Amino acid sequence: MGLSPGHATPGPESRVLSGMSPNWMTTKLDFLVNWARTSSLWPMPFGTACCAIEFMATAASRFDLARFGMERMAFSPRQSDVLICAGRLPFKLAPVIRRIYDQMTQPKWVISMGACASTGGIFDNYAMVQGIDTVVPVDVYVPGCPPRPEGLLYGILLLHKKIRGETVVDGSLRQERPLDETGLRLPPDEVDELSEPFGNSIHQTRSA
Amino acid sequence: MNPSVDALRRVFGPRIGRALVSCGDTIVYVDAGRVAEALRWLKETPGQQYNYLVDVTAVEYRDPERPLEVVYELFSLDRRAALRVKAELSKDRLEIDSLVPLWAGANWLEREVYDMFGITFRGHPDLRRILMWETYAEGHPLRKDFPLRGRFSRAEQVRQALGANPEAHYSMDELSIAETYHELPEDMRERLARGERGVIPEPGRERGRE
Repeated sequence: MGLSPGHATPGPESRVLSGMSPNWMTTKLDFLVNWARTSSLWPMPFGTACCAIEFMATAASRFDLARFGMERMAFSPRQSDVLICAGRLPFKLAPVIRRIYDQMTQPKWVISMGACASTGGIFDNYAMVQGIDTVVPVDVYVPGCPPRPEGLLYGILLLHKKIRGETVVDGSLRQERPLDETGLRLPPDEVDELSEPFGNSIHQTRSA
Repeated sequence: MNPSVDALRRVFGPRIGRALVSCGDTIVYVDAGRVAEALRWLKETPGQQYNYLVDVTAVEYRDPERPLEVVYELFSLDRRAALRVKAELSKDRLEIDSLVPLWAGANWLEREVYDMFGITFRGHPDLRRILMWETYAEGHPLRKDFPLRGRFSRAEQVRQALGANPEAHYSMDELSIAETYHELPEDMRERLARGERGVIPEPGRERGRE
């Protein structure tokens, strides 16, 4: 097989282009960049509860995250692209997930997996963050308690769709937004509003 | 009824309160001032040998007149016998002797009871919060007068949580590096000296607001 490095096997159809090198193509820059980004989203798994079990199932052979170029779990935030918060987030872990998010390099995205990460879920109490969007910006919310692997995969595909709509020209997409001088990501009244009881939860403030 | 109850009554007399059997387990009430002594006797006396402290916890009842109970679960690994000892504490004086001199494993169990109920364990070597972070200022969450969603607004809770430094929870003593302090890198020395753990609320002030 006399193949020269980097060249396709000469066949009948390649004669049409025989005057050109096969090593170049034309495309849109956005398409190429977004294709590269969607095809190798390295996840930063932040598993705190049962959602992490479903996340592991999603990564394992039956559902196989490797199909989307995601088999490489990046346990270093600096080498990851998408933070997947799988499970409830106690206040004690809020500075940790914020630190991890700040350490991730751009471009970066966040998936909030499950009811607890998205809204606090059944844990409408003193110890739990009522939705991680009060701590870090979230791109995709995956509902469920916990979501099935199909649900998480659907969320990942939605994130792919979102990334495909981005453009490298828009620098604001990749801009870092640290905590403001109040020590919050959002205005306090917005945090309060986001943390309101959700779904079938009730406005319970006293035990008696 | 576990025969240890009668043995306790013979030794400690009126310091032993009522005893009952619930779901096959014997519960015996001991005067809070003598509970450490009674548990030492139960641990060290031949024929009792309750050498394993399974759990230390506490109960507050909905009836505001009813005292808090500190609950000790004892088990004898040799005799395969279990005993539950309870001590009642009135709500204006939540203090009891620590069992750490008796069982080292009581250390974290008592810290948890302190964290959740605000009970002070006299003689505990390191009575700090263990589940909530050390600068937590909202009180003791398992008390009946504690609001389910906490005392502060959600925004204030998020602000305080984000203000915490995840690495700042280790003091010099915990790291056991006090004697090699001068050999540490400059930035680490500066960080340790600054004391990044924040303002740790005093137990007395907390109890005042409840």
